[in-house]
Amino acid sequence: MTDKNKGYKGSDYYIASKPLMEIVNVAIALGKPLVIKGEPGTGKTLLAHSIAEALDKKLIIWNIKSTTKAKDGLYVYDTVQRLNDARFKDKDISDIRQYIKLGKLGQAFKSDEQVVLLIDEIDKADVEFPNDLLNELDEMSFHIPELDEEVVAKHRPIVVITSNSEKELPDAFLRRCIFYYIEFPDDEMMERIVKVHYPDIENKLLREALKRFYWIREVDGLRKKPSTSELLDWIKALMLGGISPDKISSEIPFLGTLLKNEQDTGRFVRLSNAQGGFGFKKRF
Amino acid sequence: MFTDFFFVLKKKGVPVTITEWLSFIEALYKGYFQSSLNHLYYIGRAFLVKSEAYYDMYDLAFQEFFGGIETSALELDKVMEWLENPLHRLPKLTPEELAEFQKKLEEFRKEHDMEELMRQFRERLKEQKERHDGGGKWIGTGGTSPFGAYGYHPGGIRVGGESWMQSAAKVAGERRFRNYRNDLILDVRQTKMALKRLRELKREGSQEELNIDETIDKTAKEGGEIELVFSRSRENTVRLILLMDTGGSMLPYTELCERLFSAATQMEHFKEFKYYFFHNCIYQDVYEDMANYKRVPTEKLFSNFHKGYKVVIVGDARMAYSELFDVNGCIDYFYSNDKPGIEWLMRIKQHFPYSVWLNPTHRNFWGHYTVDTISKIFPMFELTIDGLKDAIKALTSKPKQPQLN
Repeated sequence: MTDKNKGYKGSDYYIASKPLMEIVNVAIALGKPLVIKGEPGTGKTLLAHSIAEALDKKLIIWNIKSTTKAKDGLYVYDTVQRLNDARFKDKDISDIRQYIKLGKLGQAFKSDEQVVLLIDEIDKADVEFPNDLLNELDEMSFHIPELDEEVVAKHRPIVVITSNSEKELPDAFLRRCIFYYIEFPDDEMMERIVKVHYPDIENKLLREALKRFYWIREVDGLRKKPSTSELLDWIKALMLGGISPDKISSEIPFLGTLLKNEQDTGRFVRLSNAQGGFGFKKRF
Repeated sequence: MFTDFFFVLKKKGVPVTITEWLSFIEALYKGYFQSSLNHLYYIGRAFLVKSEAYYDMYDLAFQEFFGGIETSALELDKVMEWLENPLHRLPKLTPEELAEFQKKLEEFRKEHDMEELMRQFRERLKEQKERHDGGGKWIGTGGTSPFGAYGYHPGGIRVGGESWMQSAAKVAGERRFRNYRNDLILDVRQTKMALKRLRELKREGSQEELNIDETIDKTAKEGGEIELVFSRSRENTVRLILLMDTGGSMLPYTELCERLFSAATQMEHFKEFKYYFFHNCIYQDVYEDMANYKRVPTEKLFSNFHKGYKVVIVGDARMAYSELFDVNGCIDYFYSNDKPGIEWLMRIKQHFPYSVWLNPTHRNFWGHYTVDTISKIFPMFELTIDGLKDAIKALTSKPKQPQLN
């Protein structure tokens, strides 16, 4: 960024890699939506929280579900309510406006100050969903035919979109976005991340735990590799249980916090036994 | 100004479009790159590449286009700063270790002249052409040379480490995203994603979903008397049969097939999903288990499943000539077949027009007589993400008749 003091630099509890910070800043400057992909547990959703906190902006979260329609994010015209009110004639129904409720995207546009809009897990919705939002995200405006009104963004919101790649996003949509794939953090980065959460963790415990953690991740054929959030849970369990670092190297306590799947646990135990206890995998 | 880079990207197979290129150039003009190759690498990637599957190709293109440019990967003043304060850069030490290092550092400073160290450093930088890990002389990681990262030499020069300090060309050179390429073999998640494309949404079943639009229309027409209209919900109607080869020549691909299999079983997305196994070639029986004990007559497949079922056969299609073309050609001595395998394959194709063959071996090794013949009956695809996508496209489009002569 040209102005070093402004712009996003990560926040107290979220460690962003430097390229990611730069890209967040470019996306903000150009007003383009930022699509974040990556393994589960690499902090995609947290990024938006962190941006909102660091830049002191309001965060609007639009959680996408399999039934979410693009129009839900713009506005909902509650026709059933109006119909119901019309039946009993005790309310004035001539003003349609009271039956039009803005969705998350609409709220972000109407906001008096710039907000951060998080569209979380966009891939959960139908394949066509992102395409339906193309124009709205491009122009940052939409039309409400019932009122014949144009909702135009007062300030272009900072749009962060996360995807778990359950479905691929359409090309036309991606063309208009900036894309970043968050890699799984390496051990040095992970150490920093853990320290943010547990500042007074013993160094030796942390080192042993990380060694184990990356080793488990390398076991072939796991259905669900443990990710950052599992590691944090595990370390918390280790700290609360007062497990000594030496014990981690000889056995793995609280394995259940790392591997959440019966088959994975079974596979893991078999493998470790086959290698003669919890020894490191011989790779050479 | 970098227009050629656009074409290099295209050549490497990155599907970059003019729109993306223009926004990239826009960002370039607005000066977000601080004239640094690092920024260009990461921000360019964010603008031009929209899937991690293409990161590797981007790396290759970047290397080809910018690889020749000298970058000042090491800022000398930073290096000097490290030299003065190396201990701040070693956070993993216990107090005892720290004291130890402090002592060694003093000794080191006594023995070595800073100027001399810098001179050596530049020299080695010049000499050294490639990455180096471990060892005691070169600049690298994990070693005991005074130069490099994550090493154990007190007062040595740390090079790189935090990725920002590496030159972009070097990051590109590492090709860390090779595993995300589309044309490599797949994992369960990717397979699931590909299989998700296999769907046909149809309105089926009982009418239980409230159709609001219709209800409103109807109610308005009735003059305000509320009239509820229900309709059927949409669901996936795809029925899938998976036939898998468990023959000896398939052994190297067991894991790959397992992944496809577990992805398909985990899907819960198909209306119906059946799987059977066979050994090398299909004759009058297929098997419900991998060890080929529980027989199911192949005829049963024809009588139980209608032609709307989609069939995916997984196998290397390599077998002895006789296994495919001869009566009693089956590889198992205890098994006799009065019709050659090819006839059964033809019958399967005739009964199930929507059928494809997935081959875990590379296309280059398909030049085998039986593979060739089978690929004329069933459209054959590689068992990779791209191959799977093509196969699913073939399954959902109009089937072609086998071209055997």
